[in-house]
Formats: sequence, structure tokens, C-alpha cells
Amino acid sequence: MKSAVVVFPGINRERDMMLALETVTGQQPVAVWHAETELPSVDLVVVPGGFSYGDYLRCGAIAARSPIMQAIKARAAEGLRVLGVCNGFQIITEAGLLPGALVRNAGLRFVCRQVRLKVENNRTFFTNRMQTGAIVSCPVAHGEGNYICDAETLKRLEGEGRVVFRYAEGTNPNGAMNDIAGIMNETGTVIGMMPHPENMIEPLHGRTDCRPLFESLLAA
Amino acid sequence: MKAKIRVTLKTGVLDPQGKAIAGALGHLGFSGIGDVRQGKYFEIDLAETDKVRAREQVKAMCEKLIANTVIENYDIDLA
Repeated sequence: MKSAVVVFPGINRERDMMLALETVTGQQPVAVWHAETELPSVDLVVVPGGFSYGDYLRCGAIAARSPIMQAIKARAAEGLRVLGVCNGFQIITEAGLLPGALVRNAGLRFVCRQVRLKVENNRTFFTNRMQTGAIVSCPVAHGEGNYICDAETLKRLEGEGRVVFRYAEGTNPNGAMNDIAGIMNETGTVIGMMPHPENMIEPLHGRTDCRPLFESLLAA
Repeated sequence: MKAKIRVTLKTGVLDPQGKAIAGALGHLGFSGIGDVRQGKYFEIDLAETDKVRAREQVKAMCEKLIANTVIENYDIDLA
């Protein structure tokens, strides 16, 4: 399972993500700088979390228009798997790879804590080692994770099983519609999520709840 | 030519910042405050001198970057 992690100015979770990918899959991911115009030959591209371009204009807006994102969009259209986490979710949504938008947390505050995350669909490249309905602990750290979309899109996401993760047990930290924490595109090749599973995979993290997500990459 | 662009949240999109501002205005003793909505304002200097072409250009900028049309509306003034 060869993977690449995209690095933008202002991103700060790329090392955690690379470490998680390497720890679980046994293969070191390639770091790809945002100014690159071509992607290496990989099975998965991860857009990690952070504060690309200082969240100028809108979170993820500037990064979504960078040269590497044009290459990612082209390859995603051919079926390349893309995972966006936190700012990465904002970036790939701004880039149009996923519908809707992430807006300011309803409570206005930056939230940095653990949530209970429910796996809503285990037939995806990132959840196939989990049970549908499984609830795990996972950290979140964001100020703009409030997922919104129009009623028609919401109906489609729900009806087509494209809500991959939901905040469980009243832990919605940001006011996201239907407690949505993560979604996928129509073909299931692009997944975006606000929580940080890369920070819940080894004993030093306190728990290893999210390790099966990364193990799923090996099966997919 | 200068383009002046206002970007506002679409009706129905929650604006927690606007709500906080409304609350703070209340704390300052301003009464009769209804809904407060916060937006963004941009000024862009353009080399283009033809208004029609300039508008087209700025509209494309808004659609592609300045506004996120999933959640925002924009309007353009040219001067």
C-alpha cells in the first residue's frame, strides 16, 4: 500500500499522519510539496490536518487551488483514493471532491478534545476492519468543523450510505448537521473526516481505537 | 478599474459570529438588535478597462475562489 501525504505551508499534522501510515502499513509514505504538479505513483493520497495558509479567506480555500490539488483532482477522477483529515477534509471539500462545506463551530470555540466516533459505514477503504455501528474514541482539534450542505445533498448522503462517521452519544463538538463527522464521495474513493484518527493508534496516545482504520487500508 | 466585492452567507446558513456580535451589542446597551450577519469585503485592482469584460473576470474570480458558493453569495461593484 503506497501512500503520499501532501504538505502545504501551515500544515502541522503531516508527521503524525506519516508515522501512523508507516506504523500500520509498514511502508513509508512519500511527502509531496504543494507546489508539485505531479503525484508519485501511489494507492492513496492523504491530505493531513493543520492550518494551511493560516486559514486565510476560508479554511482550506487557498490550498484547494494549489498546483498539487489539480493533480490530485485529476487522479481522483480516475479513481485514486483520497483521504482528507481535519484541514484536509476542508481542503478537499473546497476543491469540490466532496459536497457541502465546513463552517465555524456552532459554539464559536476551537474544540480540542476526544469525541465518541461512530462508524456508520464499514464498506469503505478506511473502515472495512471495523463493524458498522462501532463506537471509538478519537480526538478532534478544529475551529471550523461544522458540516453543512443543502437539504437535497444531505438526503443523498444519508440515503446512499455516504455518511461514514458520526459523532456519537451527544459528543458533536461543532454543530455539524446530523452529527456528521466524515463523508465519502459517490464512488467511495474519497473520504473526508474532521477527527484525527492518526492520533489514536498506539498506547502512547492513551488508546489504540483508531488503529483498525489504518489497518483497513491494507485490506482495501 | 477597481472591483468591490461583498461576500455574505446565504440565508439559512448559521452565522455564529453574527450571533456573538449581536450578543455583544446587547451587552453594550444597544437595544432593538435583530439578526446580525457578518460578511467579507474585497477590493481588487484590475488592469481591464472594459466594464463588461471586467465584470466577467471578477465573476469568475468569485466563483472560483473569492466565494464558496455552497454557503455564500457575492455581489460585485465596479468603479
